Amino acid sequence: MATLRVDLVAADRAVWSGEAKMVIAKTVEGEIGLLPGHEPILAILAEGEVRITLEDGTGVKANATDGFLSMEHDVVTIVARHAELV
Amino acid sequence: MGAQLRVYRQKIKSAQTTKKITRAMELISASRIAKAQQRVAASAPYSRAVTRAVSAVATYSTVAHPLTTTPEKIERAAVVIFTSDRGLAGAFSSNVLKEADQLTALLKEQGKDVVYYLVGRKAVGNFSFRRRTAVRNWIGGTDLPQFDTAKEVADAVVAAFNTEASEGGVDEIHLVYNRFLSMIAQVPEVVRLLPLEIVEGEEAPASNEVFPLYEFEPDVTKVLDALLPVYIESRIYNAMLQSAASEHAARQKAMKSATDNADKLIKNYTRLSNAARQSEITQQISEIVGGADALATSDED
Repeated sequence: MATLRVDLVAADRAVWSGEAKMVIAKTVEGEIGLLPGHEPILAILAEGEVRITLEDGTGVKANATDGFLSMEHDVVTIVARHAELV
Repeated sequence: MGAQLRVYRQKIKSAQTTKKITRAMELISASRIAKAQQRVAASAPYSRAVTRAVSAVATYSTVAHPLTTTPEKIERAAVVIFTSDRGLAGAFSSNVLKEADQLTALLKEQGKDVVYYLVGRKAVGNFSFRRRTAVRNWIGGTDLPQFDTAKEVADAVVAAFNTEASEGGVDEIHLVYNRFLSMIAQVPEVVRLLPLEIVEGEEAPASNEVFPLYEFEPDVTKVLDALLPVYIESRIYNAMLQSAASEHAARQKAMKSATDNADKLIKNYTRLSNAARQSEITQQISEIVGGADALATSDED
């Protein structure tokens, strides 16, 4: 099964990157879930939690504020001024 | 001790003291370069991601937005100059200021007004010495730039960019900073930030491939509005980090050659003082011999 390549970066460092099954993030329009094969998207993030589900089912959670999310060709990039894992 | 010898000894001592200071500064700079380089590297993913997003929007959307369109007539251009707070770094700051002067001449030739934003005490000092005015300046912390400072600078220039030219706003933003190439090479660089000039990392789809159609959330204008300050911020932060790394490298190089010079001075003065001492001894011997000779001849009489 196809997987997503996820990069979570803050202004001064890369916070997390790896392969994942699903990414759930909160945009200004509401929560969005991204699976492999999703159409290219560029969205503004609202303050909140980003949940990344790994291939083995475990999850990674991070707080991201002030940023945006982009996805194309199964590459998800979450860019935030301030971001940290929780 | 002869007067000449004493002067040489004094000069040697002062060169030795200077050497200790320059050596210490060299070592401090050397240890800070590595840290500054790490910070440049750590901020790279962010600026890459932001630039990619900007290029995606610029390439795949047809909406007219200040970020993607060039105004017909450019009345005023803003130039942001990044120098250091402290000197003793060779031609680090003067190179950037010279580059900024050239850019100013070029812009004026094109009939544009130029306004300045200064970062670093050296730029501010240079401007007040030449009685030139700057819109705003930031002093302090150029050797360890913080993201908050970059945000402040970005907010100021974006606010000017969003203002109409007739009300004192600007239509163009240029950055002038030292780019860190290697430990021994830092080159002053001019970058036009806005309107967008080069779109890095743009991926042209193959001819048989369908253009990826981006979905924008909430809508394309809002995304661009949010992206513009973020993009400017990340470029300014990157310029500040590059400038800081270059500053340390330039200072290390300058202090290394100062230490080498002090070594050379000490060597030369040691030679001179040895010669002075030797000639003093020779003189004393010839005086003694002469005296003894005089006594011997007077005894014979």
